This record gives sequence, C-alpha cells and structure tokens, in this order.
Amino acid sequence: MIELEQVAYGYGTGTLLSDVTMSLAQGSFHFLTGPSGAGKTTLMKLCYGELVAEQGSVALFGQNVREMQRDDVAEMRRRIGVVHQDCQFLDHLSLAENIMLPLTVSGRSLHDPSELQELLAWVGLQQQANAKPPELSGGERQRAALARAVIMSPDVILADEPTGNVDWDMSVRLLQLLVELNRMGKTVMIATHDMNLIRSAKSQVQARVLRISNHQVTAAGANL
Amino acid sequence: MSLLSNILRFLSGDAQADRVVPPTGFTARLTVFASAAMAFLAVFALAFSLATGRLADRWGDALAKSATIRISAPADQMDAQLLAVTEILATTPGVKEARPLGENEQRALLEPWFGPDLPLDRLPIPRLVEVIEDDEGFDADGLRARLAGEAPGAILDDHARWREPLVKAATRLRSLGFVAIVLITTLAGVVITLAASAALSANEQVIRVLRLIGARDSYIAHAFVRRYTLRAFGGAAVGTILGALALFMLPSAGAEGGFLTGLGLQGWQWLWPLVIPPFAALVAFLATRQAALTTLQEKR
Repeated sequence: MIELEQVAYGYGTGTLLSDVTMSLAQGSFHFLTGPSGAGKTTLMKLCYGELVAEQGSVALFGQNVREMQRDDVAEMRRRIGVVHQDCQFLDHLSLAENIMLPLTVSGRSLHDPSELQELLAWVGLQQQANAKPPELSGGERQRAALARAVIMSPDVILADEPTGNVDWDMSVRLLQLLVELNRMGKTVMIATHDMNLIRSAKSQVQARVLRISNHQVTAAGANL
Repeated sequence: MSLLSNILRFLSGDAQADRVVPPTGFTARLTVFASAAMAFLAVFALAFSLATGRLADRWGDALAKSATIRISAPADQMDAQLLAVTEILATTPGVKEARPLGENEQRALLEPWFGPDLPLDRLPIPRLVEVIEDDEGFDADGLRARLAGEAPGAILDDHARWREPLVKAATRLRSLGFVAIVLITTLAGVVITLAASAALSANEQVIRVLRLIGARDSYIAHAFVRRYTLRAFGGAAVGTILGALALFMLPSAGAEGGFLTGLGLQGWQWLWPLVIPPFAALVAFLATRQAALTTLQEKR
C-alpha cells in the first residue's frame, strides 16, 4: 500500500533520511521508532505525501507521489487517516464537526447519523461532542484525532506520536483502539519513541518494528 | 446559462463548507472596513467625476452660445446706439435672440460689488445687450465690423477670451474625476487583496488541516473566496449607503453655490452607486481567489 524505494530527504544541507527502502503491506501493523529528531515525523509525512522525497520514490496505492496532481494527493489522503502529534483541529468547530470534517470536505455524509455516536462511543467521547478542541484534555484530543482519522474508513492509519502527551493508561487505551482497527483489516503505523508501549503491544498484535538510525530505517523485530 | 448557474451556486453556497473558515478575526473586520471605506470614497469620486462632467458641459455650452454687446456712449446718444445695435442684431444670421438688459438686471449684476442702493441713473454705466446664438452661430468679425460702422460705442464680447481657459479647466476637472475613480478602484483592489492575503496567512493552519484531511484546492479556495467576497460586498454596501446619505445631506448652497451645489448626484445618476458593491465583490472575488490559489500552491 505504501512503498518507499531508496528515499532520501534532508532539511537545508543536512541529511535526515538516506536510502530508505520499506513497504507497508495491507493489514500490517508497524511501529516506527528512533530517538527524537531521527526523522520519524519526516518519514510519516513522506508516507502521506506532505513531503516529496528528494531522491528515490514513494508510491501510495501504486501511484508515485511525485507524479500525482494536487487533486490526486487530496484523493489519496482520503484513503490515509493521519493522527498528528499536535492533533491539528479547527478550534472554532465543535469536536463532532472536527471529526466529521474529512467527510465534509469530500462532500460526503454518514449513511446513518447514529454512526457518529458509535464512533464517539468507541473513543469514549460521547459527552464531549459539542465541546471545542481547546476545552479538551490531551488524551481526549488524541482520541478525537483518531476518530477523525478513521471516519472515512481509510485503508491506512498513520499515527505520529499519538501517546506523546498522555499518561500510561491513556496510551494503552489508544494502542487498543489502533489494534482494533488493525484487526478490522486496516494497515497501521505508529511512530513512537516509547519502547514500553511497543512491548505492551506484543501480546495484542503481530507488529513489525522499524527503527530509524543513522538516517536509515532498519527492522528491529528481534529487539522487541 | 452556465455562468449564471455558477454564480447562483456560488451565492447559495454550502453551509458546511462555509463553517470551515473561522467566522471572525481581525482580517474579517479589516476586509469589511476596507470595503466600506473604499466604497464610501468611491461614491464621492463618482459624484466628483459626474459633477465635473456636468460643470464642463455647462461652462462649455452656456458660454459657447452666448455673447454680450456693451454700449458705451454719451447719455444723449445711448438710445440711438441701442436701437442701431438691436436692428443690426435682428438682421444678423446666426443670432437666435438679442435682448437689452433692463435696469433691474444691470442693478442685480452690480449689486454684489456696489451694494443695493446703486444710483444707476446718475452713473455712466454702459448698456448691455445679451446675444444668444442659434446652432449655426454668427460671424463675430462681420458683426464687429457692422457695429463699428453703425454703432461706434458698441463692443462685442463673444466670451472667447475667458471661455477657452474655463473650458480647458473644466475638461481637466473631468479628467481628474476620472483619475480619482481609477485611483480609488485600484486602491480598493490593492486593499482588498492585502486583506485577503492577510486573512489567508492568518488562517494558514486551517488551510493546512484541510489539505491534510483530503480537501481539494478548489474546495478550500471556494470556502475562503465566498466568505471574503460576501464580506467585501456587505462592507461596500454599507459604505455606499453612507456615502450616498452623506451626498444627499450636503447643505444646499442655492443658486450661488456654483460647484458645491452640483456635487451631488442628479436624477438617474443616483443609480450609479448601485454598481459599487457588486464591483467591490468582483474585486474581492478575483483578489481572494488569486491569493488563495497562490497560498495553496505553496503547500503540498
């Protein structure tokens, strides 16, 4: 679904990623780990087309990102749900409106309005449907971001440090939600530097761990 | 038909899409205020331009078709020379009407300088004959030659001496009015473009979020363009109404007011300000659309 072939990317004169080759198969579950500043967020951005590789190629659903027209990029993003580290909400809209936003911008609606209530219940936010994002706690915002990422029923979920600002219990809760999505056949990749979270996933899902080190991505399954 | 349906679809909008743009903020107020101020000024520029046009026409037409004959003669010859002038004018081709000014009319002309108690009968005041030309006009040199022979105290003043600079001045004023409209229109475009750019910069985060969740450029641009076009239209409508009210309430200077009296709009000219709000909306539409597409091109 997502394939990177000898990808290189850097900021200014510094190289951040070099000769990265990896792929996310349908229904797979990946952790992307590495120290802060190693390039996890950059790699995630390459995977949903916000950045374009300087060298090599990134193919999303078989289509080279570099060759995509802008409308193709928009269409592709409807198939990839992204949970951003800082959530990225529109503060003037309610939580429910924010969650529905991917549907709104694509001119679609839910088949059944009760689906929204089910989604809110799934992430435990039924009571906060009308709250504005600034009124929510960090954990609530992360769960809302996850709800927004899945409302289009995307094929792939990319979560960038989804547990970065929440306590351990909430981290486990978010991990469970992502595992549930994987069991429904979604491809999931979580960028995190929290090794305890990765270890706790071991009993729930068959996950592959990718580590960014020295600008390159290596499989680290044996270290889990 | 397609254009009309596009316009109608644009105006009817999409309630959901409208919600994605934050409803308030300084850029919203800036757009409304800038549009209102520009429209207010545009009303005055319009009135100024139309007034200068009328003034130029009035000066040109009125002075071009009139002339004055001044008779300076001893009191005992005055009536004879006046009679001779009247007879000459009656037989001069191109003269539509000739009329000696009465004592009261001459008194009225002199009153602003000498006061109301002017003893005209005791002063050697020349007699004036007002001459109105027909469309063909008369031969001024020929008339002067006849006057010199038959009424030596009569001098023809066809206003050419001072009509020319007046018409030139009026034409310049008309040009200035036009320049004022062009400048204000350009300034309105610049200000609204700046406001739109500022709005888009202030909402950069909104645009980024919308792109990341799969919104197309056309969707994002449309949401911002519609919002700012309607704001510009609303602001311009308020500015136009205030400008028109201000014009309407200009104090009447009466017949003596000259140019000031003519600054307002007259008759069907009051319809002209109605053009301003749609025009401001069009400028806002084009400016915001260009700014939105430029901003979006900078993002992946």
